[in-house]
Amino acid sequence: MAAPTASPRMQLGPLDAATSIAAALLRALASLVRLALRTPAGRIGLPLVVLHVVLALFGQALAPYPPTQFHIEDHQLEGPSLQFLLGTDQFGRDVLSRVMSGATSLISVAAAGALLGIALGTVVGMSSGYKGGRTDEVVMRIMDAMMSFPSLLIALLVLTSLGPNPINIAGTIGIVFIAPVARVMRSSTLAVKSLEFVDAARLRGEPNVYIIFREILPNTLPVLAVEASVRFSYSILLVASLGFLGLGVQPPSSDWGLMISESRIFITGAPWVALAPAAAVASLVIGVNLLADGIKQARELPKREA
Amino acid sequence: MTRFLVRRISLIVVTLLVVSTAIFAITEILPGDVAQMVMGQGATEQNLKHIRETLGLDRPAPVRYLDWIGGVVRGDMGDSFVQKIPVTQVIAPRLANSLILAGFAFLVAVPSAVAIGVWMGVRQGSKTDHAVSVGSLVAISLPEFVTGVLLIIVFSSFLGWLPSSSAILPGTSPLTRPLILVLPTLTLTGVLFAYIMRMTRANVIEVLNTQYVRTAVLKGLPMRRVLLRHVVPNAMLPTISVIAVNMGWMLGGLIIVENVFAYPGLGQLLLTAINTRDVPLLQTLALIIAGTYALSNLVADLSYGALDPRIRLT
Repeated sequence: MAAPTASPRMQLGPLDAATSIAAALLRALASLVRLALRTPAGRIGLPLVVLHVVLALFGQALAPYPPTQFHIEDHQLEGPSLQFLLGTDQFGRDVLSRVMSGATSLISVAAAGALLGIALGTVVGMSSGYKGGRTDEVVMRIMDAMMSFPSLLIALLVLTSLGPNPINIAGTIGIVFIAPVARVMRSSTLAVKSLEFVDAARLRGEPNVYIIFREILPNTLPVLAVEASVRFSYSILLVASLGFLGLGVQPPSSDWGLMISESRIFITGAPWVALAPAAAVASLVIGVNLLADGIKQARELPKREA
Repeated sequence: MTRFLVRRISLIVVTLLVVSTAIFAITEILPGDVAQMVMGQGATEQNLKHIRETLGLDRPAPVRYLDWIGGVVRGDMGDSFVQKIPVTQVIAPRLANSLILAGFAFLVAVPSAVAIGVWMGVRQGSKTDHAVSVGSLVAISLPEFVTGVLLIIVFSSFLGWLPSSSAILPGTSPLTRPLILVLPTLTLTGVLFAYIMRMTRANVIEVLNTQYVRTAVLKGLPMRRVLLRHVVPNAMLPTISVIAVNMGWMLGGLIIVENVFAYPGLGQLLLTAINTRDVPLLQTLALIIAGTYALSNLVADLSYGALDPRIRLT
């Protein structure tokens, strides 16, 4: 059985729980990496994702110039050169440095938003599916109503009212993702809950929370993993699109979406200012999607156990 | 069947009610109101008060909401706060523009995606299949604003074939200058095509492995007939729901694409409505969007029934 991403329901001290959760996560991560490397898609996707994670962690430190340093007098909108490898923008800022330091905010906000959405959606979907009956009906109708609206539109409304800071962006994405994740997790809960070991747990008198998280959840992990990877790539697209509309990280920090938006005025004369962040967004999402595809394919290669 | 329709349509009405309440509540907590937006920062308290009174904003929120709903029921969507003309007049030309754009994207994307999806499903594992798979994955991965900007760089800046901006004078139809529609349509088509193509391909592969297809092949039917009679109708079922879900996505995509190309459609109007706190306009746009999405889902369910006689709509 796959290592359980343990719920904090164990009868242990908080520290033990934390270490065992961390260990389980690491084991799960290691096995995912091994799986990913078995397919061509994963072998391309993994390095792309790793590259972006490295950029997110150290991009700012590795950048040749401070991303906000102006070279207005002498280097405005210069093409790529040895001094500025990817050219400079309208304020004479180094495009490469700006792209390198833009990964941090995009990836951390997107990841936080996706994780929040996955966590909330899983809880809502699984409880609703497990409970069934009237509650389930009502919850799912609410989810339908939430889904009858483009997520970008909800995000726009919320962020114009609350202001576009990283916490609000991640929170909005988390809320927007509840409905789709809940739907998926509900249907896989329905499939698992009628199995015998669930009945056995119920007859043992286990509490519902235990049954949902320790009996049902581990058996829905493959579905959850696929859904999670889809959510991660959507989340990145959403954050980047919000940035493009001016609702991302606020200037002067660099945001790939905003960089592209601002570069449109001089796109004919200086296409590199748009191309560099475009390539950055594209390679990140392509990497995540390829990696997800690779893991999915690798799971199907051998007969999966149980 | 009638019961099904009645139930679904009443559900749609409930959904629209929920959506409109939610939007109204959100606009209530938006900082700044339309009076502030119209008058700017230098407005005196007196002026603001006057505008709020003429727009009826001095009444409590629930009263305003009920008033608005009452109007909607009678077919009156209210007047735009900013432009002072009926919301329907503001929206109509924009809606037409967006429908043209979305319509073209659908016309291009759906048939070609289904055709190529079936073809790739049949030729599963071939070199072409791998190439198309990678291509479609890339298309899915690119946000619309990246695709749009890349297309502008290639076709406007570099080749100079197509205009980079799709702005048109108010009152003119984009159909009078069809060239401006090419790049926005292509941008919207990209992702749509890729989704539908991948879904169709996956379903075709699944159906090809079924017993009834094997039977059809073994009893000597020509391959063309097997595909058209047995494979495609069955493979289309899940694809249809993807197309319906994509309607909702496309409305979100329109916001971005119209922004990239400065195309005067619903998406642009929506951004304006949010920024100017034009609540009646925003409300109506929200209803249109949620309604379109709900209706396309209903149509998808109805076509399930038409394609698969085993599915009874209850």
